[in-house]
Amino acid sequence: MERSIALIALFAALIGALALLPGLTLGFGVPITAQTLGVMLCGTVLGARKGALAVLLYLLLIAIGLPIAANGGAGLGVFARPSVGYLVGFPVGAFVIGLVSSRFANPMGFWPATLAALVGGLVVINVFGIIGMWIKLDVTLPVAIGYAAPFMPGDVIKAVAAGAITAALWKARPGLAAQRG
Amino acid sequence: MLALSSDIPTWAHRLPAGRKFAALFGASLAIALARSLPVQGAILVAAVALYLSCGPAFARAGLRALRGLAVIAALIGAWHWLMGAPETAALIVLRLLSAVALANFVTMTTRLEEITALVDRALAALRTPAVLRRRLALAIALTIRFVPVLSDKATRLTEAWRARSPRRASFRIVLPMAIMAIDDAEQVAEALRARGGV
Repeated sequence: MERSIALIALFAALIGALALLPGLTLGFGVPITAQTLGVMLCGTVLGARKGALAVLLYLLLIAIGLPIAANGGAGLGVFARPSVGYLVGFPVGAFVIGLVSSRFANPMGFWPATLAALVGGLVVINVFGIIGMWIKLDVTLPVAIGYAAPFMPGDVIKAVAAGAITAALWKARPGLAAQRG
Repeated sequence: MLALSSDIPTWAHRLPAGRKFAALFGASLAIALARSLPVQGAILVAAVALYLSCGPAFARAGLRALRGLAVIAALIGAWHWLMGAPETAALIVLRLLSAVALANFVTMTTRLEEITALVDRALAALRTPAVLRRRLALAIALTIRFVPVLSDKATRLTEAWRARSPRRASFRIVLPMAIMAIDDAEQVAEALRARGGV
């Protein structure tokens, strides 16, 4: 139990630290940072349940005012922005990533982790993000998809990076695979 | 240091956190539902008045927190304007600005301890078992403690990378950061167990 709480808390902190790495904001208010990479790692390393809990903890800390959203955003205002759909998609994405990768015999291997990160990170999170902008910005669905499209190549790169990092973590700390769930 | 709450004392800091969050919830609902421009305009004017009532230094800090959003709002407004819907443009810009400004106002005028206490009270009211609430409080405290630790590690890794390579560090520093997070988690778990567990 202590180990689970510590891992969940530390991975929530890891997403925060990654979100604070200098990144850039492209048009229409969706900042691209390593934040999504942190969310993907929660799913690939911690597994579905713990990964989703770590992401929820991260979102709770944004809501109560820690400046750990992308580019140092903080507070409830972050959830009133057009990019709110992505935030809602994060825990779902981490959960799906954990589920998909656990279908494989070696869930922390490069290919299972990359595939899972593509399904949960690229597809699930973007679906939520697009629905969010569709509603918040009062545009048609194709336009909302158009807003999201420029960030998708970055998401593919992040998914591959998540796969590679997960495989390297597995090699460095083999005991990690046993705590997934 | 790691909080958005403002150090400038204002009358709004003295209000109970629960009442502020309830008011914010009501205001957000009104902003989401109202489709009339005058109503949305009045809400934004009220939000500006709230900031100004807390003094010029506080209002300036609030404006700084909104700078990124203003650019986005302008882009979105311009888009709708070009599409021939100036009224929608105005509505969306007003909505975005007031919703984020009011939410920031609550965050800026409520101390972190008050908000965590409020979360704990809300969970207690929902009959969450005390054990779970204690675990959540512990997880929150750990995360708050370790964000600066990991951030600092990231800065040092980036500097070390720059000293050795002309290229950008990018994702290469994430692996050592993750290993550090995992090892720290292991040590924290050890320490918690040594103190009698959770």
